[in-house]
Amino acid sequence: MAAHLKKRVYEEFSKVVQIPHEEAQAKKLRLSKPSKSAALHVDLCKATNSTDALQYLLQFARKPVEVESVEGVIRILLEHYYKETDNSVRLKIASLLGLLSKTNGFSPDCIVDDAINTLGNEKSHQVLAQLLDTLLVIGSQLPESPAVRLRLIEVACKHLSDTYFGVRNKCLQLLGCLGLVDAPLTKDSNGPSSSSGGARDVQSIISNYFADQDPRVRTAAIKAMLQLHDRGMKIHQIIYDQACRLLSDDYEQVRSAAVQMVWVLSQLYPESIVPIPSSNEEIRLVDDAFGKISHMVSDGSWMVRVQAAKTLGSMLQVSSHFLEQTLDKKLMSDLRVSRAFPLAESHATQTEHVLCFVNLQRKRTAHERAKELFVSGEFSSGRKWADDAPKEKLDSNTVNLIASGACGAFVHGLEDEMFEVRIAAVEALCQLARSSPSFAEKCLDFLVDMFNDEIEEVRLQSIHVLREISTHITLREDQLDTVLAVLEDSSRDIREALHELLCYTNVSTKECIQLALLELLKNLNKYPTDRNSVWKCLKFLGSRHPALVLPLVPELLSTHPYFDTPEPDMDDPAYIAVLVLVFNAAKSCPTMPALFSDHTFRHYAYLRDSLSHLVPPLRLPGRKQVYSLDSVDSSCGSSSVESAQLFLQQSLNRVSSIQNLETAGDQDLLNFTIRDLQRLGELQTELAGAADFCATYLRCQLLLMKALQEKLWNVAVPLYLQQNVTATAAAQQILEETYKLEFLYSGLESRQVATIHHVRLQAKALQLILTARTRQGLDLLISSCEKFLQEVESFQRLFLSELPHLQDSFVDKLLELMPRLVSCKPAELVKILQTTLRQSGLLQLRLPEQIHRATATIVEPTGESDNPLKFTSGLVVALDIDATLEHLHDPQNSVKVQVLYPDGQSHVIHPKPGDFRKPGPNRHRLITQVYLSHTAWTEPSQVEVRLLLAYSSSSSSS
Amino acid sequence: MPEIKVTPLGAGQDVGRSCILVSIGGKNIMLDCGMHMGYNDDRRFPDFSYVTQNGRLTDFLDCVIISHFHLDHCGALPYMSEMVGYDGPIYMTHPTKAICPILLEDFRKITVDKKGETNFFTSQMIKDCMKKVVPLNLHQTVQVDDELEIKAYYAGHVLGAAMVQIKVGSESVVYTGDYNMTPDRHLGAAWIDKCRPDILISESTYATTIRDSKRCRERDFLKKVHESIERGGKVLIPVFALGRAQELCILLETFWERMNLKAPIYFSTGLTEKANHYYKLFITWTNQKIRKTFVQRNMFEFKHIKAFDRSYADNPGPMVVFATPGMLHAGQSLQIFKKWAGNEKNMVIMPGYCVQGTIGHKILNGQRKLEMEGRATLDVKLQVEYMSFSAHADAKGIMQLIRMAEPRNMLLVHGEAAKMEFLKGKIEQEFSIDCYMPANGETAMVTTNPSVPVDMSLNLLKREMALGGPLPDPKKPRTMHGTLIMKENSLKLVSSEQALKELGLNEHQLRFTCRVQLQDPHSDPDTLHRVYTHLKSVLKGYTIQHLPDGTVMVESIVIKVSSSAEDVNAKVLLLSWSYQDEDLGSFLSSLLKKGLPPGLC
Repeated sequence: MAAHLKKRVYEEFSKVVQIPHEEAQAKKLRLSKPSKSAALHVDLCKATNSTDALQYLLQFARKPVEVESVEGVIRILLEHYYKETDNSVRLKIASLLGLLSKTNGFSPDCIVDDAINTLGNEKSHQVLAQLLDTLLVIGSQLPESPAVRLRLIEVACKHLSDTYFGVRNKCLQLLGCLGLVDAPLTKDSNGPSSSSGGARDVQSIISNYFADQDPRVRTAAIKAMLQLHDRGMKIHQIIYDQACRLLSDDYEQVRSAAVQMVWVLSQLYPESIVPIPSSNEEIRLVDDAFGKISHMVSDGSWMVRVQAAKTLGSMLQVSSHFLEQTLDKKLMSDLRVSRAFPLAESHATQTEHVLCFVNLQRKRTAHERAKELFVSGEFSSGRKWADDAPKEKLDSNTVNLIASGACGAFVHGLEDEMFEVRIAAVEALCQLARSSPSFAEKCLDFLVDMFNDEIEEVRLQSIHVLREISTHITLREDQLDTVLAVLEDSSRDIREALHELLCYTNVSTKECIQLALLELLKNLNKYPTDRNSVWKCLKFLGSRHPALVLPLVPELLSTHPYFDTPEPDMDDPAYIAVLVLVFNAAKSCPTMPALFSDHTFRHYAYLRDSLSHLVPPLRLPGRKQVYSLDSVDSSCGSSSVESAQLFLQQSLNRVSSIQNLETAGDQDLLNFTIRDLQRLGELQTELAGAADFCATYLRCQLLLMKALQEKLWNVAVPLYLQQNVTATAAAQQILEETYKLEFLYSGLESRQVATIHHVRLQAKALQLILTARTRQGLDLLISSCEKFLQEVESFQRLFLSELPHLQDSFVDKLLELMPRLVSCKPAELVKILQTTLRQSGLLQLRLPEQIHRATATIVEPTGESDNPLKFTSGLVVALDIDATLEHLHDPQNSVKVQVLYPDGQSHVIHPKPGDFRKPGPNRHRLITQVYLSHTAWTEPSQVEVRLLLAYSSSSSSS
Repeated sequence: MPEIKVTPLGAGQDVGRSCILVSIGGKNIMLDCGMHMGYNDDRRFPDFSYVTQNGRLTDFLDCVIISHFHLDHCGALPYMSEMVGYDGPIYMTHPTKAICPILLEDFRKITVDKKGETNFFTSQMIKDCMKKVVPLNLHQTVQVDDELEIKAYYAGHVLGAAMVQIKVGSESVVYTGDYNMTPDRHLGAAWIDKCRPDILISESTYATTIRDSKRCRERDFLKKVHESIERGGKVLIPVFALGRAQELCILLETFWERMNLKAPIYFSTGLTEKANHYYKLFITWTNQKIRKTFVQRNMFEFKHIKAFDRSYADNPGPMVVFATPGMLHAGQSLQIFKKWAGNEKNMVIMPGYCVQGTIGHKILNGQRKLEMEGRATLDVKLQVEYMSFSAHADAKGIMQLIRMAEPRNMLLVHGEAAKMEFLKGKIEQEFSIDCYMPANGETAMVTTNPSVPVDMSLNLLKREMALGGPLPDPKKPRTMHGTLIMKENSLKLVSSEQALKELGLNEHQLRFTCRVQLQDPHSDPDTLHRVYTHLKSVLKGYTIQHLPDGTVMVESIVIKVSSSAEDVNAKVLLLSWSYQDEDLGSFLSSLLKKGLPPGLC
């Protein structure tokens, strides 16, 4: 056997060697590596003791193995395996087998038998576990072969009774990964040997190990079961009881896995009925599971708490009265089963209505209301002194519907010691609240309370959450009070998240609006950098609550019925803020402009121009004509987009007919089209990216044609020197533009990228021609010719699939001539290039669906700051940079900051990945600090700060 | 059966002077050694004469454990160790050891210097007492002697508060001291592993209360303080120097910073500065937030909170003063209270529990006229607010701890009797475990059923493992054969051969013989052959031999056939087996008694 194997190995070895010989004619160089298997064999034979062998194997494992020699290597390894007495070496071999089976393109079915055979004689438990792991790898590499799977499962069942936990773990893992989803294991498929284990189905085998003595095995068993679920097997409901029992396991990893298991089952059988122990009542399974998982929120281990809190969020089918219990921990002795229950509930809701009414007059927190909602608990709250006298003895007939720990799960979660748990609880609250408006209403106070958390992440998260559920809720005054107090937070993230939240909230009274405005102005005063964000916030606040703003207008604009009031300062950000609020409210409240004074109208006109994104068009008396156009424009926005799109397409079609600039009109046409497109981009922001893209592309084409069109191409060398300069410049510019086209726009498809590369190739050809005509050195020319040919080749490689679309183009012709080009002399090559270049026409551009231009706006520092920064020479000063980046892919790696000093010195700063935040889709925000430092200069001068987009041209061309 | 005895000398159905005696596995341990705030006579200290009539305590106690530094848990320590006399080890955590002497010294000063009491412990005694202290680390198992070991768990409550597990052999008791299951602004929550003690001795200060969200409490507190300040009133917050005070300080400090308030906050007594120093040091004992941020800024370095001077109390304008002690029974807080009580703009906020008999307790119960020393009365006009900031576990927290530790019995101390009764009912209903609540001087006895560890020889284990299935099935107990040897206080389980060898005894063979009557018409050899084939068909997996000397051997059991003299058809089967094969032998005899099946050839 061994000799035979060896022979096979050598056969392969010789095969590998032959390949380079065959390819020798093709003139391509390929490095051939000596086959791994042979080398390994030699090494292993040389090894005198186990340490050496282990060393060889370790070295061997570091290098990849080619697909062809994998099997040979495995044979050698197996052969050595049988001879080896040392456990560690066998272990390594076993792990290598698994590693090798993973090799791409290698099908491990040929080694299944050998691998299984090795199991039989193995004494060491560790090695056994490793072998099973290898089998797992093999099995998952062969998803299509049920016979192999059955054999593996059989092996796993056999070793399940091993004494070593690792072996049992691996067996369970194997069962989980390979156990058959559709059919239970039956004995007919694999002989009598498996009749004992095979007849039972995988689930019951696995569930037997839920009660294993080793916690690691228990965990593995649950994980295996979850794995089965992931693979689409329907877990039996019987497992539920067992899983619930595991929730009180001594070990945290078991509990954590059990929480997942219970969750899975609650999702599978939400409506099943389960009995409550110690009574004959029954409840829905999902409610029961919810109660049990809620209970785990007060677990001893924080990992389990996090897991439980997260899981709760996704149990949306739970009944509402169970859900509400999670917000009140006083109800310790739970929902009692009583015949009067529905009655009691309706009573409770009634009181709530009454209380809501009372609320209008008086600030009352919902905690107080909740207290009266859930008066059924027998415990006191401890808020009042001596309020805690014991109540009468309990009625012994009461039955606990869910474990007592479950009540107030979220209260516990939200005041947990670890912020990870708090965050998980906040997220879960959010998910549940989004699906249940009544719950959203109830959990509001708890979320608002979280704004005072000591950890910033938690505060931020709860603000975000509140924003997400804010469609369901209306903030009361006392809640708004707490919310607004956070506006004084020193963290910018928190404040901006809060502004965002305020944009979406509904408030109930005009006092709320006033309060919000006041606090926002205070905020503006304290942190002037928040200006834009505050204005934006007020814009939404105004447009959301026109009716509430209306009664406040005279006060806000400080108008007086009899007296003229002084005209406020137009540059005051606070005044602008008030105006933004008022104008946006006025948009849907036609009676409001009547309250404006004269200067308000003037200020409106000014703001409408300067801050058009914040101030909406208004129908003001006497100004109808001017603004009617605007309003018409915005009202039929969608159709105008369509027409603009049509226009864009038409202009593209128009220019596609242009071949070269022989006719005089063509150049004009191109010029006009470019101008049209640019204007279109300005008018229609949705199409700005596309229009810009086309315009740039056309400009490239125009430049190229102009350069080629020069009549002086045929003139003698000295005369066209001047022309050469312009042509070189044009080529250079085209190159630059193509890079912009490629990297500055998002949403490009490979078709467009190919087109861009094509233009670049043309530009390079032009460069080459120009080099040939001016330079004298032949070496230089040869090398640049070679370079060009390489580029053509790489173009062909990269855009093989796009080539059919490029018919008749420059590249197409070039590729036809390729065999000639490779062999011919540089001078000849240049000549060919020149003619092809001149003959080839304009490649039509096809527009992708969505195309956006990456933009960056530096919000801070503003250019026109009055107080210059001063710094001591040789020391550093930190400059805050705040910029918005749009439509940028992976800004963390590509955006850099450049600082340019007056003396031309510059340096590039790489912002930290943490400096980028993502406030919205396709939008990033860079908030960072750069350090300036320079030697002394005499008078104030400008330091330029730029944002750079890094790209690598090499990666695109190779 | 062994018993664990628990006797509270203080804190049994009562709050104050915690002192609990535990005897477990022949060891006597004193848990806490506190004083009572409400009394100024002998009753303030536990009655140590209960332990020993007169004489030193050292002979009776194996160790003393102090859970935290509050005086009702450690106030009587110097008295006990120096005046009554105890030289054994005293265990407490590092922060407790650091802060405890400060408080004791303060307490001594007030009693001796101010009230002029004699026959009280001296500074030197405090020092001597602290020399006997052995510090504990969290989760560190300390061997007090060969058998007794103790282990501390985090308890929240105040800096350095610990729960202690006391273990002798497999018996164990957990004493919680005071603990808090909800984390606060400066401390984390109590935590214990699933140690399943025989008794869990828990405090039950808030036995009938379940507090609502602490965030809501915090907000109410801040709102009340803020409103009062805006009115121009003065706010007095009586606190114990350490514990709640730090939490409230952090709370107010951050609030002041956020709201940009200017009213001064004062903290009375120089003691606090010393104590805050320790809070800054023992960062590992605080909560997640402080632990994570102390590198940037230590939260205990207050910006807005300044030291209080007695003259400030008469300053005009709003202010907030934290003053000690917390129950308004003496000291600075009482002085300030007397000064401010007459103005209804002012406010006193009681952030915690007040023992009966203190002024704090009286005003909280709504008393508006107080009798002072010297027959003067004091009209209380200022607002009295109660905020439960006391860091004790509430009923839910107690339940949670029970669930975490899974004790076999429960014992409540440090609470009022009526409330304890209520909680007792709850616990018994919820967990169905016994719950005790002994009064002072009463002894609760719990019998335990400790498991006795036995050394088993490896050979025997392996042999037995090999016998029936490779794995011990956890669901079923299994019987095994072996010999138990008790020698010099140790138990050993060995195989019988080894036992014989060790004890120098000869093995006695014990054989059972049995005669079975059969009706069988065949000849003796044929009958034997029929028996052989019958057994062969029934007993699969056993070696059955038909020996040429006219016997059938099943394993080691010998079967012979003889026909009786009178009746040829009546055959007698002779079975003989050794004691070791008793199971198989009795099975065979009963099988053969049923007769042979007719179908056999």
